[in-house]
Amino acid sequence: MRDFSYLRATSADAARQTAALPGAMLLAGGTTLIDLAKCGIAEPDTLVDITHLEGLDRIEIDERGAIIGALATMSHVADHADIKGRFPAISEALWQAASAQIRNMATIGGNLMQRTRCPYFRDPSNFAACNKREPGSGCSAIGGVTRGHAVLGTSEACIAMYPGDLATALVAFDATVHLGDRRILVDDFFLLPGTTPDKEHAIEPGEMITAIEIPSSAAVRRSTYLKVRDRQSYEFAAASAAVGLELEADGRTIRDLRVALGGVATKPWRARAVEDALKGKMLEPEAVRAASLLAVEGAVDHGANHYKIELAPRVVARAILKMGETA
Amino acid sequence: MTVHDIRVGESKRGDASDGGADAVGGRLSRVDGPAKITGAAKYAVEQQLEGLAYAVLVESTIASGKVRAIDSKAAEAAPGVLKVLTPDTIISLKTASDWFGTPPPDRPYCPLARDITFSGQHVAAVVAETFEQAVAAAAMVKVSYDETPSIVDLSDGKAGDGIPVDAMTKEWGDAQAAFASAPVRICAAYNTPREYQAPMEPHGLIARWEGDHLTVWEPSQWLDGMARTYAEWFAVPFENVRLVSPYVGGGFGSKALALSHGAVAASAAKMLGRPVRLVMTRAQTFTGYGGRAATRQTVTIGADHDGLIQSIVHRGVNETSIDGMWVEPLGSVTSIMYATPNFSSRQNVVRVNSVVPGAMRAPGENPSAFGIESAIDELAYEVGIDPLEIRLRNYAEQDPHAKKAWSTRQLREAFAAGAERFGWARRTPEPRSMRDGNYLIGWGVAAGTYPVRRAYGEAVVRILADGSVEVESSSIDMGQGTYTILAQTAAETVGVSADDVVVKLGDSRFARAGVSGGSRLAGVMTGAVYKAASSALDQLIGLAIGDPRSPFHALQANTLVVANGRITAPRGDGPDVSIADLLKSVGRDRIEATGDTMPANSTAEDRYKNYTTIAMALPHTEGDYSRHSWCAHFVEVRVDEDFGTVRVSRVVSALDSGRLYNPKLAESQWKGGIIMGIGQALLEEGIVDRRHGRIVNNNLADYLVPTNADIPDIEVISVGIPDLHSSVLGGKGVGELAIVGMAPAIANAVFHATGKRIRDLPITLEKLI
Repeated sequence: MRDFSYLRATSADAARQTAALPGAMLLAGGTTLIDLAKCGIAEPDTLVDITHLEGLDRIEIDERGAIIGALATMSHVADHADIKGRFPAISEALWQAASAQIRNMATIGGNLMQRTRCPYFRDPSNFAACNKREPGSGCSAIGGVTRGHAVLGTSEACIAMYPGDLATALVAFDATVHLGDRRILVDDFFLLPGTTPDKEHAIEPGEMITAIEIPSSAAVRRSTYLKVRDRQSYEFAAASAAVGLELEADGRTIRDLRVALGGVATKPWRARAVEDALKGKMLEPEAVRAASLLAVEGAVDHGANHYKIELAPRVVARAILKMGETA
Repeated sequence: MTVHDIRVGESKRGDASDGGADAVGGRLSRVDGPAKITGAAKYAVEQQLEGLAYAVLVESTIASGKVRAIDSKAAEAAPGVLKVLTPDTIISLKTASDWFGTPPPDRPYCPLARDITFSGQHVAAVVAETFEQAVAAAAMVKVSYDETPSIVDLSDGKAGDGIPVDAMTKEWGDAQAAFASAPVRICAAYNTPREYQAPMEPHGLIARWEGDHLTVWEPSQWLDGMARTYAEWFAVPFENVRLVSPYVGGGFGSKALALSHGAVAASAAKMLGRPVRLVMTRAQTFTGYGGRAATRQTVTIGADHDGLIQSIVHRGVNETSIDGMWVEPLGSVTSIMYATPNFSSRQNVVRVNSVVPGAMRAPGENPSAFGIESAIDELAYEVGIDPLEIRLRNYAEQDPHAKKAWSTRQLREAFAAGAERFGWARRTPEPRSMRDGNYLIGWGVAAGTYPVRRAYGEAVVRILADGSVEVESSSIDMGQGTYTILAQTAAETVGVSADDVVVKLGDSRFARAGVSGGSRLAGVMTGAVYKAASSALDQLIGLAIGDPRSPFHALQANTLVVANGRITAPRGDGPDVSIADLLKSVGRDRIEATGDTMPANSTAEDRYKNYTTIAMALPHTEGDYSRHSWCAHFVEVRVDEDFGTVRVSRVVSALDSGRLYNPKLAESQWKGGIIMGIGQALLEEGIVDRRHGRIVNNNLADYLVPTNADIPDIEVISVGIPDLHSSVLGGKGVGELAIVGMAPAIANAVFHATGKRIRDLPITLEKLI
């Protein structure tokens, strides 16, 4: 039997220090960690339970933006009146993620640490090759069942798709991760696989996510998260888009636009080419559709996931046009 | 043992509209419902036994080849490990007969494989003091293989055309010639993937030996059939094996047979002299037994310009395993749904490296209907006739294959009632002609059918000293409502309130019953309980009239009336006595009667065979009639034109299951079938890695079944009439009927919405963008 120690952290500093020890991992809602442990992927020697730490579940909102504590649950944030009113894409991304039961347990900090659903990554006993699990062992997904794999940000070492919704919305609106005193853009927190797909996050031993911060903007106030999938609920995105829109006073010219893609890339994917192509332009359906094609510039498919290259720009265009219709 | 004692009175009754809920045909709520939703219901593997040990399976990681060696040293040395079972260390069993009772070859059976024919095959098992210890040790068992090339699936180049199954051939007229000369001809191929039963309760068991007596607590659709298999494996008398299955958390066909994991657990229990529990992981439920076989059908229809069918030529193929045989009868609906003077259906099976496929809700009829009910829709568009109208024009007035009258066939009524309620007349015929913003709207129709399978059951009914009634049977309740309808049957027949009936099921020591599969149980068991209860009532009235101590003795009546637990004379001109008081007055503490649906003069051997095999089941075309349930599904879909996503937004289904023993429960089963059909049409597919021959979406996050959000309001309409050719009380099959025809109804609606004909299930978004 695989024994491990369970410690309940008494302070954030203690949690950070303990979790820095070899074989130690932080435990919050457990919805990812326990799942990965059952798959035989996470094999911690020590679990440091941080769920009882005071003050880490706060949601603070002022004119500069929102700071959401790492221990706030997904459902709590999704239902928060000011998040819904002033950061609608964040709320929408959260309530379309996972299931109600998982959202009630899972925390925002843990959500950022969610790992890929690649079936080859998740089944070590049948698929020995996985560079994400065992650097240098190869990639079982390439040449295998790839319907759910990434078309953007892939490398020869890994094509695993980043499955989360929240982080997709966060990168669209320049959110930052608080690692104690250190601040890092969410976009920079998630790493491309490159030759080191095992290294997924820019977080070092001894660091712990304490909060995320979303700056206020006109774009995030007028934002949405559109998630497309075969099953209406409890499924990862086939393609999704977080979009925020700010129009000039004329009500037709795009002053600011934020676009990020989910379900298609190895990390939450900011589509700056779409934003740049449309900023300063009139909000016209044809122009939006044409510019949305830039979202998948450089995309590479692996057969069964080719549809994502077709689908993603359509999702982006729909989301932008939907925001254009809202007054 | 009282876990399976269901007392009706402990539960809430039916809703306010349920006048007469106690009687057959009443809307009594599920009597086992409160126990299930409060967690009080104890399922088979939840029994707490002294000295229980835990077994965990080790499965093959290759699809084809041989086990070269198993290194179990580390596992054996791991904490708490009691035993590592391998093909070399497990006790030898005997091969058991199949479910037809065919005498088995006299050779040993080993539930752990040396020769690997599919990925996920059981090769070893670890038994430990705790579940966690067994899991950890199982991961330490190192199996090495000599791998050989595998045949992945039907499309594999090595698969070939397969083996003809002559028993499936159905032919009349000259179908090829009639097709060649028909003025309108359509021909298309339809494919369905591997689909899985995915019951909420995974398979598992607890096995305990006491001497040469084996008790198995295991979810089961067929206690007596599984007990027979265990008895044959271990070469002990049938009577020495007791199966206990108080509740079943969903079966859908997958829990009717004793499976290899059961043999492993029972062997381990015997070897250790301790009770052993083994429960499959969710992943193992995709390879530990078979789901629905993948199928391929070609349907060609020749017709005239008015859409009248002149010929149907049908060719079907289904997967089976390398060393097992599963035939999914693909011509079953094709051959009876429409009148045609010329017909030909043939079928092959193809061996692939998969676990042997198994029964899943309407095996045969389900994929068969996807073929013919899609093809008739294609014909409707080809000749420019409304899809509902073309079905009526080709209506089969008798069974076209058996050439016998239908016992009852309310399909025309189903089409009419469904179309009326759905508003079918408002449909615009052209594809892509109905739209709502980004959504293309499609309306589709399809029919379904399922044969009335008739078998045998036995029940004991007791009238107890307190006036209550007890029903015992080894049949089971897997959620379909057996506890409830048998309480209603006994209550109505004896003349007591359903509150005063206790139904005991799920123990093979009780009166015997055949398989709960093929939608046969309700018809069989209501009949058996009706007969047993009638016999008990006769005894009761006989005592009341004939016993000198009875208060009715002086009345010299020919008969008496029992209602609401009280006995009176027919004209009310005598005593009014409770059943309890009558029994007391005549000095009896109980009345007991056994009833069954067996032919008269059946021998003990007949009975054994009837309850433990399916060999003696009555054909649905026995005698002068052909017996089937029927249904018509009307479906609306909304297809996002940009995204290709399909959502079912409305379902109206009209169904003929004959007389309904409990409409509330029948409606629930129909809706369950419709929901499962939505999953089949849009979501469900076992996806194989072609290099490894392994199902990769072997979990409920990646093998998609519908969520509540995928399911619209579903309206079901009963159009059945009592069919006494089909069962003692007039019911036909309920459980499997409604899934049949749902997938083609949805595919037809998708065609109407988009103009795209999808012939490969499921209809996922990439097929439409």
